[in-house]
Amino acid sequence: MERDVIGWSGLAASLTFVLLAVALTGRHRLGLSRGIGVAVGRSLVQMAVVGTALVPIVDPDTPLLWSWAWVLAIVGFAAVTTARRAPAVPGLVWVALAANALVGATGLSVIFGLGILELSGRTLVPVAGMIIGNSMKAAVVGAARMAESVADHRPEIEAGLALGMTTRAASKRLVRSSLRTAISPQVEQTAALGIVFLPGAMTGLILAGAEPLEAVRTQLALMYVILAGVVMAATTTGLGTLARLTTPDARVLPLDRVA
Amino acid sequence: MSALFEFDDVSLRKQDMVVLDRVTVSIPGRGVTVVIGASGAGKSSLLRCCNRLEAPTGGIVRFHGEDLSTLPPLAHRRCVAMVFQAPTPFPGTVLDNLRAVTPDLDIDTGAELLARVGLDPAKLERSADSLSGGEAQRMVVARALTTDPEVLLADEATSALDATATTRLEELARTFAHGGMPVVWVTHDLHQMRRLADQLVVMRSGRVLWSGAGDDGEADAAIELALCDPPAVDDAYKPQQPIDRNAPDRNDNN
Repeated sequence: MERDVIGWSGLAASLTFVLLAVALTGRHRLGLSRGIGVAVGRSLVQMAVVGTALVPIVDPDTPLLWSWAWVLAIVGFAAVTTARRAPAVPGLVWVALAANALVGATGLSVIFGLGILELSGRTLVPVAGMIIGNSMKAAVVGAARMAESVADHRPEIEAGLALGMTTRAASKRLVRSSLRTAISPQVEQTAALGIVFLPGAMTGLILAGAEPLEAVRTQLALMYVILAGVVMAATTTGLGTLARLTTPDARVLPLDRVA
Repeated sequence: MSALFEFDDVSLRKQDMVVLDRVTVSIPGRGVTVVIGASGAGKSSLLRCCNRLEAPTGGIVRFHGEDLSTLPPLAHRRCVAMVFQAPTPFPGTVLDNLRAVTPDLDIDTGAELLARVGLDPAKLERSADSLSGGEAQRMVVARALTTDPEVLLADEATSALDATATTRLEELARTFAHGGMPVVWVTHDLHQMRRLADQLVVMRSGRVLWSGAGDDGEADAAIELALCDPPAVDDAYKPQQPIDRNAPDRNDNN
């Protein structure tokens, strides 16, 4: 089968749809036209840089070590991004780093250790990006929701602590709510897979000429790993955030900047 | 009798603000000790130090002579019940609330606890959210009693309640004190202080201005300073009136 490759003219054509989005936001005075322009511009530059940098990385002659270095960079950037979204949580970057590293290590172990995909630069970097990228989104929501919950429901938590409850027991309801908020979108996405949308990896493989069933198997394997990764990342980051906002002797730290 | 709580040169800083400034005071293990002061005087922080919701940044808080920082916090908090400004019912029924830290609590004991705080035991199966503010606060007191505490700490516990509910909670505090369970009661309300206080701790700007039985002129001067400068929250403040614990307006909420 001949591969369908989007050329520069095709990319430019896709931007006409963005013009429609800008016109729509302008018509309703949403104040997002500039933001959309910046986002499109940044994505063009970032993807051009990443694409160019990936060429030597995924080259079969390049040592795999460089791909692993790229994966480490993904883990680091994901941790910094998560920490930035909940700046009031002290030391969140270390929690997020541990969460992303955990998800990356277990996810990649499953994908490559069980032989689901063959380990190479061409597979390692994009698979790591998909797993950690999705986990990062859940980690951001988990950390931010947990921080907001602790700030908003401090009296409820302290009422429990004052009775002699542990921190986890006193914040059980809030932990459950925060983690469900962080994890539920990925559960919904997995449930709607193939019906509502065709995910990126599958679409990419089909566009690249792969058989649809082969693409489906690859996508499903990735989605299951991503689902597990999201749960691990949200749980680790959410509970880590709670631990960072409380003390070992079960006190809640001041949270003025969160509220 | 030795002091229940002793604050020895205790300081507390929060985000570069001095909340307690080298506080040295004793709280006896009997009667009702009222901690009075204007907003921001540090009285709630003093109370929170008593059950370790706050940890001093300087000095030592002792409980029965033992350094609080060396005691297991969760076990200590079960000895030192605390009720907050707004009622904090947990989701579920009243019985669920009473079982929050005592899951084996039987229905009869739950009913006895409700009766002890003046609530109809039939409310055990009611949703805690359906209680009025005063009922919810008394349920919170009943919930605090499930751990069989040695002392009750009340942090502006009537500020969200109407006059009737306030009177009932004050009567409950007096009942506890007469029954041998000391109460430490934080308020900015001078009338409430008169109705309740066996002992006083008068605070201003994170410091203790005066402490003791509160039946002399020094106490009056300290209260005047604590409540009037900055201006008192309580409009009905009468600085020239002496403290009279047996005043006939004990239940007067105006």
